[in-house]
Amino acid sequence: MMKRVLPIVLAVATVVFIWIAWVQSGGIERHRMFSARSPEEAVRLLLTAAKSRNWDAAYSRLANAGEVEKAAFARDLGGSNGSLRTYATLENFNVWGLHADNQEATVRAKLHYSTAVGPLDDVRDIKVRNDGSGTWKVVWPTSKVPKLAPQVIPVNYLRWDVINRGAEDDWGVQNVDSPQVRIVSMNALQRPDRVVILGEVVNEDTVPAYVNVNAALLAPDGSPVAQETSFDKISHTLLPKQVSPYRIDFPGMKLQQIKSVRMDAKAMLVPATADPVIAVTQQRMETDALGKKVLRGELLNQSGQIVNIPHVVASYYDANGKVIWVSDGYLDQELLPQIPVGFAVDLPDDVAGKVQTYHVVVNYYQKNNS
Amino acid sequence: MRTWLKSLLVSLTFAGLAQAAELRPPAQATAGSPFSIASSGTGDGTFYLIGPAQISKRKVNLGGEISVQGHEVEQAGTYTAIVCADQCTSVHFYVRPAQASRLSLLVHPSRVRVAASNAISAVAFVFDRFHNLVLTPQKVDFKVVPPEGAAISQSKTTANGTAWIRLTSARKGGPAKVRASIGDLAEMRVVQQVASDACNLRIKAVPGPKGIAVETEPVRDCSGNFVPDGTVVSFTKTDASGKTTVDAPIKRGVARVEMAVSGPARISVASGVVNGNELSLGGAR
Repeated sequence: MMKRVLPIVLAVATVVFIWIAWVQSGGIERHRMFSARSPEEAVRLLLTAAKSRNWDAAYSRLANAGEVEKAAFARDLGGSNGSLRTYATLENFNVWGLHADNQEATVRAKLHYSTAVGPLDDVRDIKVRNDGSGTWKVVWPTSKVPKLAPQVIPVNYLRWDVINRGAEDDWGVQNVDSPQVRIVSMNALQRPDRVVILGEVVNEDTVPAYVNVNAALLAPDGSPVAQETSFDKISHTLLPKQVSPYRIDFPGMKLQQIKSVRMDAKAMLVPATADPVIAVTQQRMETDALGKKVLRGELLNQSGQIVNIPHVVASYYDANGKVIWVSDGYLDQELLPQIPVGFAVDLPDDVAGKVQTYHVVVNYYQKNNS
Repeated sequence: MRTWLKSLLVSLTFAGLAQAAELRPPAQATAGSPFSIASSGTGDGTFYLIGPAQISKRKVNLGGEISVQGHEVEQAGTYTAIVCADQCTSVHFYVRPAQASRLSLLVHPSRVRVAASNAISAVAFVFDRFHNLVLTPQKVDFKVVPPEGAAISQSKTTANGTAWIRLTSARKGGPAKVRASIGDLAEMRVVQQVASDACNLRIKAVPGPKGIAVETEPVRDCSGNFVPDGTVVSFTKTDASGKTTVDAPIKRGVARVEMAVSGPARISVASGVVNGNELSLGGAR
């Protein structure tokens, strides 16, 4: 009798322990969550899976999985080709419904990524569909990434290499001079929480320059109060006669505290290439989904190489041609050859009303050639 | 009285014994050339030679010539010779630079715009073989060879070891060779004279495969020099779809872009701070 009872008891105990472990690991919650009972929950579940880069789980949340390739879906959320999104982490997201009926709903998701260049927000309006059994699933956009036909794109733009004077060369042996750059405009603005110095700098030379603009705020007695550089709010590598906006922020400073500003543009001679040429098309001022004023446009990489991380720097001018604001933004998507990619950079509402025209330059980082 | 006399004799004897050896350096010493310093006194002593960049020490016999090797006086300047026996005595002398044997030529800048007044400076420094600046006046011949046209020569006498000239860059771009020479010694540098800002920047539009192709006429400066390839020309098109800007580098003298146009459009061009003409497409041109 005992011989038959013991295995049964052990088997039952094993089943009980497995069940307890499953419950402990959130199994009930997962099971309940697996069948999303609301559109927001469906989007939240998909994004939770995407956050942990569990593309299989995220993909299983799609209502139109048959129409969307899993690889393309993973590329859309996780990035590809060394783009900024491939180096980004989805930190958190906010989800709220825009419209819903019994069968379909639209949910807005604001995704907050953390990247090496700072936080990045992505706002998406996501369609969600009820599968009839009360479970909501996400309808992922099926827009196909345009592919360029195999071809040879001849690139014969200039490249500049630099040979400097060697350490063993005698004193007096000629070296190559640093490029001549000039600050062509400067404007100091008081913003609610900071002083902002902005303007434009031009490379006046016939060789490329790596440019950095520094500003020092001077007190009435001439002593420096604060010192900052343009950091990434500038296109550092300027080809001959190229103009770049710059912006230098002084958080916590007030214009009343300072008497003057000392500006300094430092330039170094660097190897550079005129390729790739990136066109900025369809630039227009708009109001985005969150009600912010933005400058939108598209970038078109006219070369045959992938641009991994594009960076847009825009300057805005008033009716007198004075630079009144400079904003910048990184694109989390790579620029494939000949394929336009949209961008949007925001600007303060009070500035937007004064903007008459604008100028956009594109800075870029490439894996093999930054 | 006897005691007093005895004390005086003893003092004189010791004073005679303690009299220091004297050194007599040559009136003129030249860097890198050996010479002798005459010494007085008797017995052995220690000789020190302290120069601007080195010190030497050795045992010498007083009363003879102390020979100084050439390698001990390679740096021009003031030297101090010291000899110590019972007492030490010192003497200062000056070592002048040797004959000019090296010329350093500093030419600035390495690139200059054409027709820039007094924009190039050439400074020649005359050194001897030990890198001492030769301070005696020397005649330096400067010669500038432009890419086209006759060479220009000018002679300058050095003052404090340097001679310099200022030059205006030519109106024609290209490398200018700047040469400085003293006798057989010569140094040469090259200054690139580059085109100035674009002048009369003009664009034209022709139909292209993707819409219209806009290209500049050959871009030259006001002296007629071609603006170097790689110089950025900014094209701006404004039409119903918004604004499009392309920063295109000059290639073989012209900058060219292709743009899609929807309806009437205005296209303008600029290079650096220079603006060009504006085209109106789809309307009056």
